[in-house]
Amino acid sequence: MSTDETGPGGAQTPDIAGNPGGTGPDLLQLIAPSGERISHPEFDFWVRDITDDQLCSLFEDMTVIRRIDVEATALQRQGELALWPPLLGQEAAQIGSGRALRADDFVFSSYRENGVAYCRGVDLTDLLRVWRGNASGGWDPYGINMATPQIIIGAQTLHATGYAMGIQNDGADAVAVTYFGDGATSEGDVNEAMVFAASFQAPVVFFCTNNHWAISEPVRLQSHIQLADRACGFGIPNLRVDGNDVLAVMAATRLALDRARRGGGPTFIEAVSYRMGPHTTADDPTRYRDANELEDWAAKDPISRLAGLLDRKGILTAELQQQVKDKADAVASEMRRGCTTMPEPRPMDIFKHVYSTPNSWLERQQDHYARYLATFGDPDGAVSKEGAR
Amino acid sequence: MTQLTFARAINAGLRKSLENDSKVVLLGEDIGTLGGVFRVTDGLQKDFGKHRVVDTPLAESAIVGTAVGLAYRGYRPVVEIQFDGFIYPAFDQIVSQVAKLHYRTRGAVRMPITIRVPFGGGIGSPEHHSESPEAYFTHTSGLRVVTVANPQDAYTVIQQAIACDDPVLYFEPKRRYHDKGEVDESVDPRSALPMDKARVLTDGRDVTLVAYGPLVKTALDAASAAADEGISIEVIDLRSLAPVDYEPVVASVRKTGRLVVTHEAAQSGGLGAEVAASITERCFYHLEAAPVRVTGFDIPYPYSKLEMHHLPGLDRILDGVDRALGRPNSLSGLEG
Repeated sequence: MSTDETGPGGAQTPDIAGNPGGTGPDLLQLIAPSGERISHPEFDFWVRDITDDQLCSLFEDMTVIRRIDVEATALQRQGELALWPPLLGQEAAQIGSGRALRADDFVFSSYRENGVAYCRGVDLTDLLRVWRGNASGGWDPYGINMATPQIIIGAQTLHATGYAMGIQNDGADAVAVTYFGDGATSEGDVNEAMVFAASFQAPVVFFCTNNHWAISEPVRLQSHIQLADRACGFGIPNLRVDGNDVLAVMAATRLALDRARRGGGPTFIEAVSYRMGPHTTADDPTRYRDANELEDWAAKDPISRLAGLLDRKGILTAELQQQVKDKADAVASEMRRGCTTMPEPRPMDIFKHVYSTPNSWLERQQDHYARYLATFGDPDGAVSKEGAR
Repeated sequence: MTQLTFARAINAGLRKSLENDSKVVLLGEDIGTLGGVFRVTDGLQKDFGKHRVVDTPLAESAIVGTAVGLAYRGYRPVVEIQFDGFIYPAFDQIVSQVAKLHYRTRGAVRMPITIRVPFGGGIGSPEHHSESPEAYFTHTSGLRVVTVANPQDAYTVIQQAIACDDPVLYFEPKRRYHDKGEVDESVDPRSALPMDKARVLTDGRDVTLVAYGPLVKTALDAASAAADEGISIEVIDLRSLAPVDYEPVVASVRKTGRLVVTHEAAQSGGLGAEVAASITERCFYHLEAAPVRVTGFDIPYPYSKLEMHHLPGLDRILDGVDRALGRPNSLSGLEG
């Protein structure tokens, strides 16, 4: 596939389709990068109840999840976590949408939506289990109505659509919400999910965070049109919002949820944001992206933007800032303690939960391995790290 | 007792499951108004409605992937893959999602999904319509894989599969769809032979012949023909391919000392290799000869005019029996 933007004869190709990663005038925005509140005739309605206190609360949430993210990145660098997928820069997209959801809605996300999990009330130790290598899934999905993070790109969009079909069958007014990135829109599953969602008018919200990079592949390699426009081909209404604007994200999500609850079917939201850090702690973005791009996006920082709004309103007091910092410190400290004191899994745990009913093959292997471990003299099967090698 | 074809027996089993549990939903291409391309779901949408028997768009990954979401919501989806060769687009959802979600969530989420797959050859179809992909799935932990070889089993095992809290691939021998057999519809699937148990079909002393699905009938025909020559074959219908119920096979081989395994799927990495290896491990000192595999060749499924060469028939199975017995056979004199 070519990403060359020059046409035949070297002439510049007219920008017919727009820029899939761009932040054009069609982008829903309620807070300007300067912090100025922008009035919108339609979308103000969806955030009309947000008080100053709630704005402060959103500011706290975004600050806390940034701190969680920084702390987890540090834990990875210190060898406490095997890997971590940073969300730095995507706080508004995650908090704005996550705070719009109802407790009985159900989230099917990718591995980067740790801010959404925070909104769902995840236990912070559970948040780290997968990344520490202690479990394949950190939490009970039914405890917080959020599936454990999906690593196969886009697979969860089908799960959300199926769950939404179940909601429909049950006659309930909950909504399934699925989160995925710009890269996922190239996957067959995401496209099949949109076919099914449209066919059955399932109450599902497709929340695509366009963070501009699928590891090292830029969004322009994924799409020659704006990602939101892809939904049109499936007959799914779309919204394209500034993903660094927490109010705009919340307004769009609330609209989409309301439409789904009232039987209006699926909605596709493209939240245009930017991944400020690496894809995961294993990669090096300086190899594939321009430092100037990072600088441009730093100027659109979602937390600074909300702080700008609070400042203009005269409510960004030193006291508030200290209070938010203290909360973030406390949460990070609790998370670190949960991480470092997490009990090690035991060898025989690997056999648990493969099936819900006995399987003769596995029982035999389990029995044989227990006998093997018993030769080391530990009936509980706890072998030393050296012994396990 | 009534005489039912395989297809009608499965239909009756699906009907029972739909009646007994409101959480059972069927999903698939053409399964509603048409009743499926083999008519296995005939009449079910009419009687249970479009929300219980769902005609879906043509997208296998989505059929299985949405079943995952329905299972999350507490449903027990039964999906139909129209033909064996069409299952591959759904492969990721089956092996990475359906199979692993119970493990991934440490038991919090159950995936009681039944995936119905008409499989095997012998019906003169074009490419992609006659494959035996079972080994891809027996190799994946978290899945159960079963087949049926008579209408009574077809009726009870489909109900057991749907009632099972683990995901089950239910392979239907499509060339037997129109074969008739006695079906007792009053049988309670909870007290019938569990789907993960093998069944010994004939009592024999000379050779143990293991088969499953479409080849069970061929194996029985071979045993009958061999009996005319004074060779006594014990035929075992494996029924469950994952896990294989080894106990009856072990008991039989300890008695006969000889093992022949037959299946339509290609030989390399197939279930026959697994059975031969496991039985060798467990019965080495009882074996009088090396286990013999009589299988499809390691080729893409051939065009229909030659498929009878690829599919193990009665004579090829008997030739395998001769090899196990050290009698003159097609490979006599071949070393190594």
